[in-house]
Amino acid sequence: MNNTDLKTQLIADFKTAEGRMNGEAKSAVHQIRQQALERFDKLGFPTIRHEEWKYSNVKNLVNQAFEFNAVTNFSAEDLAEMPIPNLEGNILYFINGIYNAELSTIVSPDSELQIMTFAEAAKNHADLVEQYFNKYTDYQDNAFTALNTAFAQNGVFVHVPDNKVVEQPIIIRFINDARTLNVASQPRNLIVVGKRSEVQIAEAFRTIGDNASFTNAVTEFVVAEEANVHYYKVQNESDKAYHVGTTSVLQAGKSVFTANTVTANGGFVRNNLNIKIDGEYAEANMFGLYIPNGKQHVDNHTAVDHAKPNSNSNELYKGILKGKSTGVFNGKIFVREDAQKTNAFQSCKNVLLSEDASMNTKPQLEIWADDVKCSHGTTTGQLNDDALFYMQARGISKDTARALLTLAFAQDVIDKFEITSIKEYLQELITEKIYQD
Amino acid sequence: MLKISNLQAKIGDKEILKGLNLEVKAGEVHAIMGPNGAGKSTLASVLAGRETYEVTGGSVEFDGKDLLELAPEERAAEGVFLAFQYPVEIPGVSTTNFLKTAVNEIRKYRGEEAMDAVQFLKMFKEKMKIVNIDQSLLNRALNEGFSGGEKKRNEIFQMAVLNPKLAILDETDSGLDIDALRIVAEGVNKLKSPDNATIVITHYQRLLDFIVPDFVHVLYKGRIVKSGTKDLALELEERGYDWIKEELGETV
Repeated sequence: MNNTDLKTQLIADFKTAEGRMNGEAKSAVHQIRQQALERFDKLGFPTIRHEEWKYSNVKNLVNQAFEFNAVTNFSAEDLAEMPIPNLEGNILYFINGIYNAELSTIVSPDSELQIMTFAEAAKNHADLVEQYFNKYTDYQDNAFTALNTAFAQNGVFVHVPDNKVVEQPIIIRFINDARTLNVASQPRNLIVVGKRSEVQIAEAFRTIGDNASFTNAVTEFVVAEEANVHYYKVQNESDKAYHVGTTSVLQAGKSVFTANTVTANGGFVRNNLNIKIDGEYAEANMFGLYIPNGKQHVDNHTAVDHAKPNSNSNELYKGILKGKSTGVFNGKIFVREDAQKTNAFQSCKNVLLSEDASMNTKPQLEIWADDVKCSHGTTTGQLNDDALFYMQARGISKDTARALLTLAFAQDVIDKFEITSIKEYLQELITEKIYQD
Repeated sequence: MLKISNLQAKIGDKEILKGLNLEVKAGEVHAIMGPNGAGKSTLASVLAGRETYEVTGGSVEFDGKDLLELAPEERAAEGVFLAFQYPVEIPGVSTTNFLKTAVNEIRKYRGEEAMDAVQFLKMFKEKMKIVNIDQSLLNRALNEGFSGGEKKRNEIFQMAVLNPKLAILDETDSGLDIDALRIVAEGVNKLKSPDNATIVITHYQRLLDFIVPDFVHVLYKGRIVKSGTKDLALELEERGYDWIKEELGETV
């Protein structure tokens, strides 16, 4: 295992932070942190020799120094420069990983949901956190998840009790302020949704400034019976931003979980989405869109684990690659021996808009049950020449025709967003990026 | 308006047009007929600027401009319209959105101001009447899942909206039943004016019952080998193409 600068720095940081703790050092949460740090120390950052990281090289990331949770003078004026128009709901801001109460607004009544920072929850609702924290997220094989777990402190804890339809969405904006130095943050979110409850949650990642940014995020969902959760992840970070994120979902019977992951921009992006369906008649939907250009790299690893019978999963990822960008899609479907009558569908479609762009796709199906319907398909191609000519023959320039066709290709994923403000924001981001050269 | 002189074109190594001459004046309707493989659709594609065909000789003058020098979208902006034999399905783009984009790109090319939403709507409503097309069809993704008749009607609707100087109808009658054919032909006739011209490419005479041509040309082996009036079309319908081949000295 190679000991990198970043790794040494992080282990030292952990010891320092631990030294400052009082009673919390003995808590169950902190014991998990300690185990996770040990695991991180053992694993080290992955190299491309690691099968799961074959096409995603983190060498440039781990050779840089970052200031974690750097204090910044990010203000409401700065925020006004990067608006998501018409944003409504429970809006939480984290700047360089630190919760900013001044900018944040919580509108939903306590009876609908409890929402607080992870740190506050670990202190004041230790019982709830201990019950759910790190129950499904597996850090044994993933150094980044282990690292995030070791430093689990910043982020949100959301608890929706049973039988609640949360009217207003929860929108969490993570902003890394890299205007003066290389910054890093490690959001850790835990979202517990009770039986028959419904909630919509969006995470929006953004960077400002010209220095490097590193986000290592982990979000855990615990979805109880018959609950319905919409989860949106929107990434609009800089070309110098590294983002490694893991979302882990544990679904009970008859629940519905829908994830939409859209990478509008980012230098190096790795998204892991792991869903375990641990009940019957549940449904998991996974939608994704990524549009890297220049030298950007976007890697989506998804895994859905059907552990019980009679459940469905449905997956559609779409990629539009320009410039010298690279993309990776790895989609795992596990159907356990008990999970008879599973329906699992997976599709990944890509358009390469330049000769230098490349895409690696790998569907991985492991099926132990015998009475299941599973299908997968991946395509990587160019825009349809006949369609381009048809549009040109009507007076539309080749560039506009390409942009229209590209946008049309992306549209069905954008249309799946049900939070209007976020959908419009994305529509604009994506349209702008598609029309860029 | 259009002057094609000694036009030669090939696809890959295969020569298809071998010295084609044709002149079309404003206000005229020309029908081009001919057996399969004569080069009818190639002519349409070459005039519209399809890159898969390579022009190896000859010239095409359109309103004093060298048409072959222009990109397909420039030709459209200059007033050339091709009604496709097989209109392309474009998922995710509605006919309305597609045509708004087309109209405004053409207006930009001509140095005219963009049309706003209200102007569009008014113009669309007028044009919809001409081809008897339903709003719901225009809101759907362009040609996606359209029937053969709907696709062709949509082509003529696009022609009505873009109001070209020269319309080339490539086998517009193929795949249409007689009622659909009549509607499409009525649309074309309503759009006819002393300032524009139409080239009707067809395999069968029946379309010419509805769109009456001033001139009929026989395209054979990449050349126009015979021209006449609408009576020529009737004769072709009755006698087929063999007598033309005989006239050309070919043994049949």
